[in-house]
Amino acid sequence: MTDLFDTLPVVDATADARLRDRLAAAAERDGLLDVAYRTIDSPIGGLLLAATSEGLLRVAFEREDQDAVLAALATAVSPRILAAPARLDPVARQLDEYFTRRRRTFDVPLDLRLTKGFRRAVLAHLAVIPYGRTESYAEVAAAAGSPRAVRAVGTACATNPLPLVVPCHRVVRSDGTSGNYRGGEEAKRDLLALEAS
Amino acid sequence: MRPFEQIVDQYGQVVLRVCRAVVGPVDAEDAWSETFLSALKAYPGLAEDANVEAWLVTIAHRKAVDITRARARGAVPVEEPPEAASRSGRPEDWDGDLWNALAKLPDKQRATVVYHYLVGLPYQEVAAIVGGSTDAARRAAADGVKALRATYREGAPV
Repeated sequence: MTDLFDTLPVVDATADARLRDRLAAAAERDGLLDVAYRTIDSPIGGLLLAATSEGLLRVAFEREDQDAVLAALATAVSPRILAAPARLDPVARQLDEYFTRRRRTFDVPLDLRLTKGFRRAVLAHLAVIPYGRTESYAEVAAAAGSPRAVRAVGTACATNPLPLVVPCHRVVRSDGTSGNYRGGEEAKRDLLALEAS
Repeated sequence: MRPFEQIVDQYGQVVLRVCRAVVGPVDAEDAWSETFLSALKAYPGLAEDANVEAWLVTIAHRKAVDITRARARGAVPVEEPPEAASRSGRPEDWDGDLWNALAKLPDKQRATVVYHYLVGLPYQEVAAIVGGSTDAARRAAADGVKALRATYREGAPV
């Protein structure tokens, strides 16, 4: 008898898109959209952007597994997660301006709940390293108040939940080489080259 | 706990089929939206080992009951739907002949047929959703299918 329902489409992509938009809007209206996310293209590869109602929560690179990133957010923040682009429109626009050299600083609210303690102090300092400049891990450690915590600065950069917007790519090795980056060393070199030109 | 977006990915389409078959093309998208909004709200409290599909169908069933009651209060007759194809105004929706036949069934028969034959839920779960005993759910589904055979496929070019 399962053929009874043959005329009912198993997949209706048009209705699906319409209903997902409607769900995202209703969830936002009712305060149920704990984490909204979208993906965008960029010269250094696809980026996943996620935000709470308080601000930008996570920027993830294509090389980070998207399912793993979202699963981690579900655990750390809330499983009420939907693909809902509207909340990310301002940062998506500003990133586009950044990559096309029309913007040097980001102006969006940040939600820093994914980072704590010393790592958070490091990120706070990173935010003041100007566009086009770099600092060494040792200089950042000193500025964050713990000159000997050079390795911890490396960890703070490597676990920065908001790369690009909080510019950990501007922290380089003392010998001048770029060093590790969550988005890959090539992406880091590309970003430094973009800002130097 | 999985991100809710993955729940929509996995079950969005089957719930849409359920809504279309239980409340018809006009109200199906309202039923779907209310179902997933309620589910999103309750989701953080859902047990890790819960049967997500049965949980969603349970919510959809409650929404369908609400919609059917509201429609009854509004005194809009559903027993004799007009020409089906254009009811929703969206040509892509689906062939309305099936809904014309489903709409003629008593609510409980329609619900049990959809939850058992379309979703594939066992009668025990169907009974838990619509109320009553497992045997009563089985009988309602059998009666519903029999009635559908008599109306829907009759004369249809299959």
